[in-house]
Amino acid sequence: MSSIDLTWVIGGPQGGGVETAANIFAGACAGCGLKIFGKREYYSNIKGEHSYFGVRVSDSTIRSNVSGITMLVAFDAETIFRHAEDVFDDGAIVYESDLSQVKADEVQTLDLQFKGRLVKYLDSKNKPATIQGALDAAKERGVTLYPVSFKAILSNLADETGNPKLRGMFRMQNVLAVSVSLGLLGLAPDTLLSSVANIFAKKKEIAEMNKHAANYAYNFAAAKFQKFKHQLSPIPKEPNTILVQGFQSTGLAKIACGCRFQSYYPITPASDESVFLESNETFDIENERPGSTMVVQTEDEISAIGMVIGAALTGTRSATSTSGPGFSLMAEMLGWAGINEVPIVVTLYQRSGPSTGLPTRHGQDDLQFAIHAGHGDFPRIVYASGDTEEGFYDTAKCFNFAENFQIPVIHMMDKFIASTVSTVPRFDVKKITIERGKLLQKIDSEGYTRFAPSPDGMSPRSKLGLENGIFWNTGDESDEHGHISEDPVNRVYKMDKRAKKLEVALQTISKEDQAVKYEGSETCIVSWGSTKGPILDAIEMLKKENKKVGFVQIKLLHPFPADYIKSLLKDVNTIINIEANHSAQLGSLLNEYLDRKVDYHILKYTGRPMTCNEIYESVKKVLDDKAEKKEVLTYGV
Amino acid sequence: MVSNLSDYKTEVHNDWCPGCGDFGIVNAIQMALAEMEIPRHKAAIFSGVGCSGKTSHFINTYGVHTLHGRVLTFAQGAKLANPGMTVVAAGGDGDGLGIGAGHFVAAGRRNVDMTYIIFNNAVYGLTKGQASPTLKLGLKTKSLPEPNVNQSVNPIALAIASGFTFVARGYAYDVRQLKDLIVAAVKHRGLAFLDVLQPCPTYNDINTRDWFAGMDNIDEITKKPLPRIYKLEDTGYDPVVHIDSTMEENEKLTQALIKSNEWDAKIPTGIFYKNELIAPYDQRISDRIPNYLENPPASQEISNNGKPITNISKILDSLEV
Ligand SMILES: Cc1ncc(C[n+]2csc(CCOP(=O)(O)OP(=O)(O)O)c2C)c(N)n1
Ligand code: SF4
Ligand SMILES: [Mg+2]
Repeated sequence: MSSIDLTWVIGGPQGGGVETAANIFAGACAGCGLKIFGKREYYSNIKGEHSYFGVRVSDSTIRSNVSGITMLVAFDAETIFRHAEDVFDDGAIVYESDLSQVKADEVQTLDLQFKGRLVKYLDSKNKPATIQGALDAAKERGVTLYPVSFKAILSNLADETGNPKLRGMFRMQNVLAVSVSLGLLGLAPDTLLSSVANIFAKKKEIAEMNKHAANYAYNFAAAKFQKFKHQLSPIPKEPNTILVQGFQSTGLAKIACGCRFQSYYPITPASDESVFLESNETFDIENERPGSTMVVQTEDEISAIGMVIGAALTGTRSATSTSGPGFSLMAEMLGWAGINEVPIVVTLYQRSGPSTGLPTRHGQDDLQFAIHAGHGDFPRIVYASGDTEEGFYDTAKCFNFAENFQIPVIHMMDKFIASTVSTVPRFDVKKITIERGKLLQKIDSEGYTRFAPSPDGMSPRSKLGLENGIFWNTGDESDEHGHISEDPVNRVYKMDKRAKKLEVALQTISKEDQAVKYEGSETCIVSWGSTKGPILDAIEMLKKENKKVGFVQIKLLHPFPADYIKSLLKDVNTIINIEANHSAQLGSLLNEYLDRKVDYHILKYTGRPMTCNEIYESVKKVLDDKAEKKEVLTYGV
Repeated sequence: MVSNLSDYKTEVHNDWCPGCGDFGIVNAIQMALAEMEIPRHKAAIFSGVGCSGKTSHFINTYGVHTLHGRVLTFAQGAKLANPGMTVVAAGGDGDGLGIGAGHFVAAGRRNVDMTYIIFNNAVYGLTKGQASPTLKLGLKTKSLPEPNVNQSVNPIALAIASGFTFVARGYAYDVRQLKDLIVAAVKHRGLAFLDVLQPCPTYNDINTRDWFAGMDNIDEITKKPLPRIYKLEDTGYDPVVHIDSTMEENEKLTQALIKSNEWDAKIPTGIFYKNELIAPYDQRISDRIPNYLENPPASQEISNNGKPITNISKILDSLEV
């Protein structure tokens, strides 16, 4: 049996249902036991601009996207113009047959920069800048074309069911497109139908209509066309598998680990998490009254983090979720939480900056900013997750760090993880622990002081409302009670006390939580965050060629576990740093802490996530001694 | 438990300038807390940054001295997480109406059940007397190099327009009235705003104690000063929206706005507007989360022996393939 690994891409105007289609496709495949790794790319726009969703399906573990498309589905011209060139030579394009005469000039949303490159490419193939030209160029390479009149199918359906409204229901094309695809890919229709039912679960009538349409289109494709070269087939389902989006992982963990207050200001790609929390604001608690999360949409990010601090002072686990622009606004507050030793969690879903940057695109641009945000010297923890699954378990850890060390924690996530849909083992709440540090639930007598000396830097923590626990806080330097003090001796005491926490953090955060080493080798990749998936997949690809490369994923980025990382790299000759930013931000940390220099940097800052192929190619170059010191990746539209 | 006024005072050295209006405001807050017999651990005073920002250190309850302009954000977060607390936010006019004006407006829309007191001295005290948002156009207080070029904001009108459901004004040297206003504000169900005229003898040489007392404005017949400050209640003014009707509401809003525009010759104090027919934030939340007030975020059990007790299996089930 040949193994399955294909990438199905559907494109269309924003707001046109591309996401629904991809979810149905992913659900149908996952329902057959297949592994899914899907990602959505879109413009900062609500309606009309091009968006697309790529779903990679495989029968073995996958953690990243590949370069290239096995099957492209298009019912608009732009999708063909933008992606046809990217379809593998033995791939296929399923497209609305009406479109063949459309000229590139007629597509308003094709930007001039892209159009320039497109015309040049088609010209080099002696093809006109029309859909027909683009399709012919693909066909000459071997790509199979499947023209389908989705409009005609809708019309037939309308006649058959006596429902003339169907003729105008263009959004239904999405369901048709998925169904035609699955017909060509040879996957039996039952999981398709249940996936459709699942997606439209809240609207019974619409679900029925779509199921009928799906069935019709599936049969239509199976009857009309020859089977496509690449076929999908069910594999034994692994029990306890969920199909989940990245932002849901941190949201679910917040509910599970007892975060009961979240405030936020809307921003891509972070606010999906907050909306998810609000949609699930009440839940059951074992042997207790029902619980709830207070989710507050604030007037800006300053207010969001201000409310989080206020709530945290009541002993409530509290968090906000934001992206670069919002985090910039939070900087002053972060210092306030630092000087007052307030445990808060900021989930930082990075995107490409600077400024508004590429607001809906991926980037890991904010590592150095997270480490340094805010004026003055104060301790914080910066912790990065590598994928959706880690997002869940790490969120819970971040709250423990916050409370154990009474410190602000910045949990680094990003757009790539946020918008990834993937099959992962069902999150296991039993694997989470809840550590509340020195939080007091009761104080028996008077005489409490909030910032009393303590060898590890953490004093017993009272909370607003606790009897005998009165304390003061101030953004000024303060004495043991929390009253303003400019005394130089006290200043040294307080600065040292706060700084001590980072030492204790390095001693007490377990090594596995600080960094993960995936087999060693003389050549070793060092990275952080969401590059993990494509790196691991690239390493697998290299292994098949008997090329061995190691990987160290650093999760605790501040305080930096220098000694531990050094020990992990002690037998390494060549260090390759990989990250999605321009200035190699982890690279500078490594250079600063490791007593040696990084040998190669593989960087990407197009706003698109790395594919495993890109990393594979560039690491191979390093192994073959053909790489530049800095390799820049550019795949993706 | 009988509360003594002294219970609410700390021993922290107070470094305000002699004669500063802030003293009267802190006294009034302490007196109000004592009168209402609010247990010390059940009250939290949040303050902004400025001379006024030091307030929280002088009151012996939970005290949170926040950041310039941000006091309302901290205070609302705490109150929403622990609605059992009596929360009073205090800060300067620059703090609340300049750098923090966005939070002021947003807070009005939420109507969280707490109190916000602005120490209105028309200057930025702690940064040495620059013009604050409430200084009138064309005035040149002591440390301004040139007269103020900006219009002043009307705090009472802004509060009303923003949705505060209790809007009042006090005077820092009338501590008794101020204490009563604070008690009324704290007891009000919803967000209460108190604009306190606060002479700053160091930097505001125009709106001084004498000026408020009308020392520059002598009655020709009696030869006595005509005080600028007067009390709305002495004029039979009724600030309360009694019935849930647009007409009633319009009438009460309009009269409050008109009154808020009085300045110079006559300056009203007292309650301008009060409407308890608008649901406070906690009630809006309780409509969605029925046990919110009984089991708010700060009271919820989240773990048992270090293990989570929240059941997320329903959500996970829905994601199962
Ligand atoms: C973000 C920020 N900008 C500027 C300052 C400097 N600053 C301290 S107090 C203050 C103004 C205080 O005026 P006001 O709020 O009216 O309070 P007052 O001192 O008059 O009571 C300013 C601008 C600061 N602390 N933080
Ligand atoms: S500067 Fe003005 S407001 Fe500040 S303490 Fe002195 S008198 Fe009071
Ligand atoms: Mg002021």
